[in-house]
Amino acid sequence: MSAIMKIENLHATIGGKEILKGLNLDLEEGKVHAIMGPNGAGKSTLSKAIVGHYDVKITDGDIIYKGESIVDMEPEERALEGIFLSFQNPVEIPGVNNAYFLRTAVNAKRVHEGKEELNAAQFLRLMKELVNELGMKTEMINRSLNEGFSGGEKKRNEILQMMMLQPELIILDEIDSGLDIDALRAVSEGINKMKDGKRSFLVITHYSRILDYIQPDYIHVLKDGAIVKTAGAELVAELEEKGYAALEEA
Amino acid sequence: MPEKELDRAVQGEYKLGFEIDIEQDTVPPGLDEETIRFISRKKEEPEWMTQLRLKALRRWKSMEEPRWGHLYYEPIDYQSISYFSAPKKGPESLDEVDPKILEAYDKLGIPLEEQKQLAGVKVAVDAVVDSVSVKTTYSEELKKHGIIFCSISEAIRDYPELIKKYMFSVVPMNDNFFAALNSAVFTDGTFVYIPKGVRCPMELSTYFRINALNTGQFERTLIVADEGSYVSYNEGCSAPMRDENQLHAAVVELVALKDAEIKYSTIQNWYPGDEEGKGGIYNFVTKRGICEENAKISWTQVETGSSITWKYPSCILKGDNSVGEFYSVAVTTLAQQADTGTKMIHLGKNTSSTIISKGISAMKGQNIYRGLVKIGANATGARNYSECDSLLIGDRCGAHTFPYLESKDAHGQVEHEATTTKISDEQLFYLRQRGIGEEDAVSMIVHGFCKEVFSQLPMEYAVEAKALLNLTLEGSVG
Ligand SMILES: Nc1ncnc2c1ncn2[C@@H]1O[C@H](COP(=O)(O)OP(=O)(O)OP(=O)(O)O)[C@@H](O)[C@H]1O
Ligand SMILES: [Mg+2]
Repeated sequence: MSAIMKIENLHATIGGKEILKGLNLDLEEGKVHAIMGPNGAGKSTLSKAIVGHYDVKITDGDIIYKGESIVDMEPEERALEGIFLSFQNPVEIPGVNNAYFLRTAVNAKRVHEGKEELNAAQFLRLMKELVNELGMKTEMINRSLNEGFSGGEKKRNEILQMMMLQPELIILDEIDSGLDIDALRAVSEGINKMKDGKRSFLVITHYSRILDYIQPDYIHVLKDGAIVKTAGAELVAELEEKGYAALEEA
Repeated sequence: MPEKELDRAVQGEYKLGFEIDIEQDTVPPGLDEETIRFISRKKEEPEWMTQLRLKALRRWKSMEEPRWGHLYYEPIDYQSISYFSAPKKGPESLDEVDPKILEAYDKLGIPLEEQKQLAGVKVAVDAVVDSVSVKTTYSEELKKHGIIFCSISEAIRDYPELIKKYMFSVVPMNDNFFAALNSAVFTDGTFVYIPKGVRCPMELSTYFRINALNTGQFERTLIVADEGSYVSYNEGCSAPMRDENQLHAAVVELVALKDAEIKYSTIQNWYPGDEEGKGGIYNFVTKRGICEENAKISWTQVETGSSITWKYPSCILKGDNSVGEFYSVAVTTLAQQADTGTKMIHLGKNTSSTIISKGISAMKGQNIYRGLVKIGANATGARNYSECDSLLIGDRCGAHTFPYLESKDAHGQVEHEATTTKISDEQLFYLRQRGIGEEDAVSMIVHGFCKEVFSQLPMEYAVEAKALLNLTLEGSVG
């Protein structure tokens, strides 16, 4: 059992305000970790810290990925090394064609790995296949990136990117929020397909529903900038019943 | 993302700022009748041309420099400029072009040897250095089709009837201050005549190079497409990096006779000056075309250079069913200012025009779109569609649009759309999180924004335009 990522005593601020306050977390290779916790606790901040978002300043502690500290790495380097974040609110980029964008990203990764680039035809075949699998409309391929996409369409587009990029550490920040029943199933199946015993997941969610589908190995509770409890999947039911406030007393 | 990082990604380095080390004949600065006679003499012009120039000079002296542009610059001292400079080794023999000039054009990516082709495609080139045309390629081959492709100086000597008929017919010599100045002192440029029914078999192009110090460039281009003919023409330009501002005041006239079509593309890359606004070319240009019945003129421009750009390529849609188009990408970064746009003058019935303008501003760049759509009393069924989009990179740049509409025809159909967007840090971050480097991320967004305009350029120039755009914006984000 080895850790793909070790987060050690992480302190981080946004706009001068400390949000993460000495957070410790080990992510195991090939496992699914879920993070739950109250609104404003710092879950998105943690995911941003991992991918090197400019809003987040790390003031103390370290993030070790595959044995090396990544806190000084550029965001694109971290991405090329296999870290993927599905954003809680994916931004719209007008004028940038969805397929063109994704092909550029896929080929950047392939070049980084010393593989040959995919040509347009190879790429499109792959993309179309996955678009169908995720129950997306084919026209999404040629729309501008996320522009005018509904909330659920944006989330599916994130999953599409995840499946195309084949990352090693996948962070999903509320991928299930705003999804209808069918979309939730399609997205969960997409995630399950990505499980290969090596790839690791960090799933941030407020609901047990998605966890029923993807069956996490660990549940962590993030409260007030730190992980306050770690347990198996059975913790979900307990949290749903009693809420986070009950943890305080425990 | 912090502002200075953004700047790093758009602050391009000007790669064409070298100086060609050749001996040049340059007249001392100053402008009076003697200067005009000197230029005319140097060009061995007939007396009628000299007289026209002198007339233009008198007109110019009574005119005032326009100040309505949204542009800020120190007053120009017209007496401190030299109005003529030519490489000493004259252009008399086409085979004897100074090797240093050939080398310089090679460096610019413009082949002057006919066997060397641009992107594998035959492109005829007229190469102009400062005040003279140094070489025109493929003239002989074009002549077989009856096409005239030569420098304007040659045309004045060899085709006086065409020049007398069409020069000043679209842009009168007193049209505006800079056009009048150009009419008096214009030095070289290109003349094109496409005979009736001929489709020009290759791209024509002129590459302007400012080289001499303290010299203005005043080129004049005239393209006449006779009935039912077609031509695609491209111009490019560059200049050395200097601390002084240099004046470039050109006039371009296009005549599209019945059923003719002219596509005119510009890739403007004059030296833009530095971040503080020091140096760079002042680009004051008058470009206008006239369309007779059923004719079509398309202006496509990619403006990345110059410290100041003042330019409104226009179409007079005189003939019924004629069509005018304007596609523009204007980039201002560093401390560049651009006041550019178009005029579409609808006079004939069922005339239509399209305006697609994309302004990109970065660092301290200021981008102004100024456009006029005028629909005359007889222009029933006239239609215009205008779209003006601005893209801002960073917080210190600006964009403004000034669309004007004058319509005497209640039936005219005019549509105008305008948007302003900002490349946000969040967008850049999103792309970077997917493994796309910062500069590639910027260029991806910028290219997406310019797509409609680039698709109008001939293939080999579209590639150049994209590369140029990347270079210009390199380092201004981040
Ligand atoms: N850009 C910002 N500027 C100021 N405060 C911020 C910024 N981003 C986040 N915060 C604050 O940081 C705290 C943690 O936010 P974060 O988004 O990490 O919470 P979260 O646990 O993901 O909550 P949710 O469950 O609602 O998504 C919140 O109080 C939030 O207001
Ligand atoms: Mg959140």
